[in-house]
Amino acid sequence: MGQTIAEKIFSQHVGKKIYAGDFAIAKLDLVMAHDTTCAWAIDPFYEIAKKVWDKKKIFIPFDHAFPAPNVQMAKLQSKIRKFAREQGIPITTDGVCHQIMSERFINPGNLILGADSHSPTGGGLGALTIGVGSTDAAIAMATGTCWFRVPQTIRINIKGKLKKGVFSKDVILMIAKKFGPEGGNYRVLEYDGETVRNFSVPARLTLTNMSAEMGAKAAIIEPDEETEKYLKENQRPYIFDKKSLWSDEDAVYEKVMNFDVSDLTPQIAEPPDIDRVKTVEDVEKKKIKVDQVFIGSCTNCRIGDLDVVYKMFQKNDLNPNVRTIITPASKLVFLQALAKGYIEFFTKKNAIILTPGCGPCLGRHGGVLYDNEVCVSTSNRNFTGRMGSPKALIYLASPATAAASAITGYITDPGKYL
Amino acid sequence: MNWIFGNNINTDLITPGRYNITTDAKELAKIAFIEHRPNFAKTVKKDDFIIAGNNFGCGSSRETAVTALKACGIKAIIAKSFARIFYRNCINQGLLAIVGETKNIGPNDKIKIDIKNVPPLMTKLYETGGIIPYLKKNGLDSLKKLFLKT
Repeated sequence: MGQTIAEKIFSQHVGKKIYAGDFAIAKLDLVMAHDTTCAWAIDPFYEIAKKVWDKKKIFIPFDHAFPAPNVQMAKLQSKIRKFAREQGIPITTDGVCHQIMSERFINPGNLILGADSHSPTGGGLGALTIGVGSTDAAIAMATGTCWFRVPQTIRINIKGKLKKGVFSKDVILMIAKKFGPEGGNYRVLEYDGETVRNFSVPARLTLTNMSAEMGAKAAIIEPDEETEKYLKENQRPYIFDKKSLWSDEDAVYEKVMNFDVSDLTPQIAEPPDIDRVKTVEDVEKKKIKVDQVFIGSCTNCRIGDLDVVYKMFQKNDLNPNVRTIITPASKLVFLQALAKGYIEFFTKKNAIILTPGCGPCLGRHGGVLYDNEVCVSTSNRNFTGRMGSPKALIYLASPATAAASAITGYITDPGKYL
Repeated sequence: MNWIFGNNINTDLITPGRYNITTDAKELAKIAFIEHRPNFAKTVKKDDFIIAGNNFGCGSSRETAVTALKACGIKAIIAKSFARIFYRNCINQGLLAIVGETKNIGPNDKIKIDIKNVPPLMTKLYETGGIIPYLKKNGLDSLKKLFLKT
C-alpha cells in the first residue's frame, strides 16, 4: 500500500512500515525547547533522568523574550542556563527557534519535536516537525523518542500565478478561512501544486507555519530543487531525490483540496480568529486607524519579506502616528539586511528595529499594545490579548499590506505602494 | 459547579503570555482565565468541571494551560473537541479531557463520568497522576508498554 511522505518519515523512524491510525514510538532527530517551554520541562526531566540522551540533538534557543524584559523572565532563563550548563548544551540567542532550525538543522526526512506550537514551520523543508508541550519535550530529552498516533493527511493542491502584491501569506490566509481554527486538527497538511513549487523555501515556511493555526499536527512540502538550493545556501549539501521521500501515487489521503489563486487579492484576518479573513480592499474601506505595525515573527520576517518592505518604504515615508516595528527573524536575516543597507535605511525612516526573536508577537515585550489600539501584524495569531491588552485589536496580513498600512496610517491594500 | 465556555478557547485565554512566566503551579492557578473570566480563579472549587464547545485549548503549546487548570482543582474538562497539543498535555498530566456533546449541560447540572468510556491511556495516567510519576515508578522502558499496549 502506498504511503504519504508523513507515513514514510514515521516509518523510517520506527523501523517498520506504518500508516495513518497506527500508534508508534519513534526515534527523533532533534528536540527543541525554548526560553519558556524549556523552563517547564526541566523539573519533569530531572524526575525521570539525570542526563539527556544526546546533547548534540537538543536545541535550546532563547527567543520568546530575549534579552529578558522582566525579573520573572530572567528567572526562567537563569533556570534554563543552569540546566544547559549541567547538560553541556549551548544556548542560542540568534533569533526565532523555527527560523534558526530551518537555517541550521532541519533536513528533508527528519522527524523533529519542538516544544512550541509553530513547530510545523520546518515542514517547508520536507521534514516532519511536530509541536508538543513541555512534558513530551522532557521525555524526549531523556529518551530520544516520542509516542505518536500517525495522523491522516489532507493534500492541498494550489495552482495559479499570483498577482502583483499577493504573497504566500495571502494564500495561507485564504486557506485558513476555508479550514477554520480546527479544520486541520490532528492532521498533516501536505501542500503541492505549481504555486507551491514556484515558492522559495522561505515563502513555503509561511504556509507550513500558519498550518498550526488550523490545528495541524504537522505541515509538509515534499522536497525539490528549491529545497536543495536553500540547503546549499545554508551550508547543508542535499541531493534531491524524488523517489525516497515523495508521497506514493497510491498514497491514501483523508481528502484532497484544490485551490486556484490566480485571482487572489491581498487578504487580512480580523481579530480574534484566524478564519475571519477578508480582502484588504474591503477592510480598507472602513478606514481603520493603525497604531502599530509589526513586521516580524516566524511567519514573515525573512530577507525576502524585508526586500518587499524596503522597496515600498523607498518611495514613501512612514506615517508618524504609527509605531513601525521590524524584527528580523534571525541573526542571519539581520546581517543580510545590514549588508543590503536596510537597517540604516529603516532606522532613518524612523522604524524601530528589534533584536532577532519573537518580538511583540506574544505580548511579552517590545511593542505591547494598550486598550483599543490596532496593530497590523505579519505574525500568525490575532487572539484576544495576544499582544497585550485584551481590548487591543490584531489584524494579520502580509509584509506588503503591513508596510502599506505603515505608510498611510490605516489598513491599506499594498497595490498602489509596490 | 460547571464552568461553561464556548468554541475555540485558546491557551492565550487560559494562561496569557504576559502572566504565565513561572513554573510554580500555585501561581499558575491564580492566573487561569485572568482576563477572559476574571472571577474564575477566585471562585473555582475542587472537583468543578469545565464544559466547552469545539477545539478547546487551541493555539500555543504552553503546558501551563493544563497545569493551571489542574492546580485549580478541575476534575475534568468536557468538550465537543480538543486541540491536539492541549489534549496530549492533558494525557501527560493526568487531567481528564473528555470528548462529548456539551450543549445541554448547565452550570449546576450534576455530572458523573463513567471511567469505562474514557480512553484507557488517559484513565491510567489520571490514576497515576500523570506520565512523569508513572515513568518515575516504572522506569523509562515502561514507555513502550504504556503506549503500545494500553
